[in-house]
Amino acid sequence: MMFAAGTLAVLVSMALALARALLGPTIYDRIMAVNSFGTLTVILIAVIGFLSDRPSFLDISLVYALINFITTIAIMKFFKYNRIGRRSGEDLGGL
Amino acid sequence: MVALIVDVLSWALILGGGAFCVIGAVGMLRMPDVFTRMHAAGVVDTAGLGLILIGLMLQAGFTLVMVKLALILVFVLYTSPMSTHALAQSAVSTGVQPLLADGANNQKDKEDEPSKT
Amino acid sequence: MAAAAIGMIRLRNLFAVVMLSGIFSLSAAALYVVLDAVDVAFTEASVGAGIATVLMLSTLALTTTEEAIKDHRNMSALVVVLIAGAVLIYGTLDMPFYGDPMAPIHLHVAPLYLRDSIVATGVPNVVTSVLASYRGYDTLGETTVIFTAAASVMALIGRGRRKVKHGVPEGAPSHGYSSMKPHPILRVTAKLLIPAILIYAFYVQAHGDFGPGGGFQAGVIFGSTFILYALIFGVDNTRIAIRGWVRRTMMASGVLIYAGTGVAALLLGGNFLDYSALLHDPVHGQHLGIFLVELGVGVTVSGSMITIFLIFAGQDR
Repeated sequence: MMFAAGTLAVLVSMALALARALLGPTIYDRIMAVNSFGTLTVILIAVIGFLSDRPSFLDISLVYALINFITTIAIMKFFKYNRIGRRSGEDLGGL
Repeated sequence: MVALIVDVLSWALILGGGAFCVIGAVGMLRMPDVFTRMHAAGVVDTAGLGLILIGLMLQAGFTLVMVKLALILVFVLYTSPMSTHALAQSAVSTGVQPLLADGANNQKDKEDEPSKT
Repeated sequence: MAAAAIGMIRLRNLFAVVMLSGIFSLSAAALYVVLDAVDVAFTEASVGAGIATVLMLSTLALTTTEEAIKDHRNMSALVVVLIAGAVLIYGTLDMPFYGDPMAPIHLHVAPLYLRDSIVATGVPNVVTSVLASYRGYDTLGETTVIFTAAASVMALIGRGRRKVKHGVPEGAPSHGYSSMKPHPILRVTAKLLIPAILIYAFYVQAHGDFGPGGGFQAGVIFGSTFILYALIFGVDNTRIAIRGWVRRTMMASGVLIYAGTGVAALLLGGNFLDYSALLHDPVHGQHLGIFLVELGVGVTVSGSMITIFLIFAGQDR
């Protein structure tokens, strides 16, 4: 019961984050929304693992907790690179 | 008796965490610009995730599951500030101005396409 | 998920599309978890979070970020897609309902696998034993496919990259794309996290017998550590940290370990990939064989991932 309540809360938050990712005027809004969508997925998978009494789901959350931010870093990096890295000779100091 | 206390505690923690998640998400949707939205997203990453995971830990008891939950918590507490830092830094350095209280640069949010410049 | 998919189609900016596909992958993983397919969810998690988005982004960096605007609308394509979708949906009508115990798959092989695999292989995780032992040929083929993919990427676009001398990359000042010198926070956190992720990759590799995970997932996680290293410390430094011959040896030796296990079984008097012949006790033999095979898969996958990423990211356009 309590896990169901937690799941419901997380699902509502995921829907709101998805709305921000779809609306988000700047590119940073979308990145931020994806990032917190990832965090919410970590919570969701952990809670569902308890809801269905299969704690081995926690490994999946652990994977997300460990490597989800790589995506964010990569987006930031490639975004900047795409803008400045291509013009050779300009040193704008990296991300 | 102890079991009851633990149950009540984890109820409170999970419900509180869920509430913080929803609050953070609403904040993400309602705040006016990128930096304040990041501030709202931080609520999800710390209070929401932290409270829910601690509540789950109380349910799990002293097992491997608890250790894994603690590891998840620790790793998210490392990675989430890192990505928020990278995000804010690159937003500032590409010229997204924070909204100021006195309305100094109250322009509308820029659309997508910072790469046009 | 549907909202993310529709948004992906409608948006023009490909960065935003990549981000929405990230959301799509996250919700797909959550869906697999709900459907109790732990190993599939694990694969989706490690691939979607670690590799897929990064590879798409590096492709974008090589091409352009704007979708080309097409004026003509291709009606015949729409009709074909609609008909194909209708046929597929019609096909699902014949399929048994979800969880129907009378479905054909539950009547023939599945009970056999579920009943016998633990006894025959000594491996508690049925998915691992099915993948590595019962379906050993399929998995060998998949590993070879990954190896071939990385090898063809190398052959197609790997030639144009700069040669890197020891220590200092030629000519290129280490700014912008290549490294993140002025970012102590990112560097310190990455230094803290990379060993943790590596240890976790080994845990997934070794734990695949008992829980979700296995060679493929471990290889992807292992590869994503090097991708993180390349993002923070620069591609050229990564080329120095894990040299080309190491990467190529990893790619090749994984397939070699896998096939070599099969050949060893053949030499010891069994069939190809019949692990029971490896040791005197068939159950122990199966266990050892599955372990070796998973090791081979992991080594190949991580080598291939690192190679593909470095080639994509190292392009100068």
